[in-house]
Amino acid sequence: MTDTAEEPLSFPLPLPFSASPPAAFTPLTQGAEAHVYLTSYPTTSSPAILKYRPPKLYRHPLLDRRLTRARLLAEARTLVKCRREGVDVPGVLGADWEAGWICMEVVEGGSVKAALEGWWQDVKGRKEEGSGREDEVLSDLMGRIGRAVGKLHSVGVVHGDLTTSNLMLRPAKKWNLDAAGKEERPNLEGDIVIIDFGLAMQSVQEEDKAVDLYVLERAFGSTHPWAEDMFKKVLRVYSESYKGARIVMKRLEDVRMRGRKKSMIG
Amino acid sequence: MISIGLEGSANKLGIGIISHPSPSKPPIILANLRHTYVSPPGEGFLPKDTAKHHRAWVVRLIKQAMRQAKLKPKDLDCICYTKGPGMGAPLQSVSVAARTIALLWGLEEKLIPVNHCVGHIEMGRTITHATNPIVLYVSGGNTQVIAYTSQRYRIFGEALDIAVGNCLDRFARTLRISNDPAPGYNIEQLAKKGRHLIDLPYAVKGMDCSFSGILARIDELAGFLAIDENDERPDRLRASPEDDVENLDGDNETTITERKGALITPADLCFSLQETIYSMLVEITERAMAHVGSSQVLIVGGVGSNERLQEMMGTMARERGGNVYATDERFCIDNGIMIAWAGLLAYEIGVKGNVAESSCTQRFRTDEVWVGWRD
Repeated sequence: MTDTAEEPLSFPLPLPFSASPPAAFTPLTQGAEAHVYLTSYPTTSSPAILKYRPPKLYRHPLLDRRLTRARLLAEARTLVKCRREGVDVPGVLGADWEAGWICMEVVEGGSVKAALEGWWQDVKGRKEEGSGREDEVLSDLMGRIGRAVGKLHSVGVVHGDLTTSNLMLRPAKKWNLDAAGKEERPNLEGDIVIIDFGLAMQSVQEEDKAVDLYVLERAFGSTHPWAEDMFKKVLRVYSESYKGARIVMKRLEDVRMRGRKKSMIG
Repeated sequence: MISIGLEGSANKLGIGIISHPSPSKPPIILANLRHTYVSPPGEGFLPKDTAKHHRAWVVRLIKQAMRQAKLKPKDLDCICYTKGPGMGAPLQSVSVAARTIALLWGLEEKLIPVNHCVGHIEMGRTITHATNPIVLYVSGGNTQVIAYTSQRYRIFGEALDIAVGNCLDRFARTLRISNDPAPGYNIEQLAKKGRHLIDLPYAVKGMDCSFSGILARIDELAGFLAIDENDERPDRLRASPEDDVENLDGDNETTITERKGALITPADLCFSLQETIYSMLVEITERAMAHVGSSQVLIVGGVGSNERLQEMMGTMARERGGNVYATDERFCIDNGIMIAWAGLLAYEIGVKGNVAESSCTQRFRTDEVWVGWRD
């Protein structure tokens, strides 16, 4: 969550949030679907993430209402289910599916996308004095991603929009207080927390899980072309992360071949 | 430099001639001719008939284009043709024509193969002056959301089964709507009279989408259309009464079950289909914009000439503080000029091609092309 929206509160928020002054909301991002703010809920002393889906003016109002309701309910239900089953996701604090908002716990840290880009710039910048452990560090992150996605799928939840922007890297608690003040190099440490369940659904079908992986694979390749090769590690760890993962991997091969105008070589 | 482009990957045969006086100047269009093979209502265009159409028209069109441009063969620097993607037989017949004129005119070492999708993108960028947009390429054979990064047009999202234009074309066949000038155009006109939105599947998966399920559903619904307003069969499609705006006012005594919704018309189905699939396209485009952090959208391809899609995209882009760029039917719909232009861009940076090694292919991914002419 690096990019901060410049204009605060471009849409009027629904109740109860409309009762608070605009200063109570720090815009975090404007995603494709929702505006995300840092605010407090249910009390003014408990920080929370507010995700508000304003009506999409381009859509027919009927279709818009139908989609907003269905997605918000699915989002809340899958988040609650993930929490119950031990998948690392933000907890739900409250929601109103007619008004289009959901409140969640705050996840510390930044997106995997930002972490990867920052880390890569840093690595590129000091090529000659590299520690030689870059591949290992990257590979470790890939492993954690594979395990997180595997855990998600193992409880019967499909994310629907897996990208590196929707994976957060939550840094571990700082035990070493001495290090706190120092300028830190971009690193890839931390736990993977999956966010943005706006397109999520509950499914046990291999097809849905395979498409989920395919979306991630493609998003990864187009966002971080330099690390495309490393994606194999995500899949390797995934395939060993739960019973049934191997069947999903088989299905992934079919899904890959299905993209239109795919070249049939290889 | 001057190039001629030959396009014939689907049912349009296009010949275009373009001049690029210097790398820093905009190109000048000298000729842009097109002839379309139109199949009868209820039928699509078959590869062999389309190829026959292209073979019958290609000589006439090339001659006419050269006359219009007031050029002699020796004025040309290179010949560009569509290598793919597209239908096999039409692609082949046009590439044979391209090889023939290359040999006749002594340009056998200057025959440049062009990716059809890249042709659309480059033409759209040049006409609209959009510098680095997210590209939505939508046509009868392709549905892709594309962004440029490091010398490639990368595909961020695409249709996983049939293309959006194919969905529209096939539904037009179901309703036996005319294919002249284009089925999508006629659906758009009919949709303007639609008033009721029917529930259809909505299939978006991340930045990808799918249209075959929607087509199957709406084809099924089309079988339950009333013949006229006196059709009293109970299973005919009706709008749900609470959605009917006219029923909302008036006496509140009647319960919803007592009211009978209006009969659904073919126009309502066209309207519902357009609203649903264009919402999906705008949604995946918006998702790609949010992901890449871009605020410009360029719509190319035949479906891009749909004004409702352009309007919806414009609304979305403005909400994000951006703009939508679209071209009119001369450049949106397949044409020869885009092939001439994309080929010339490649030729100018030294891409080579000759008759002996020329080929065409039905499958040719947008991201296979090395885009050396961009920063």
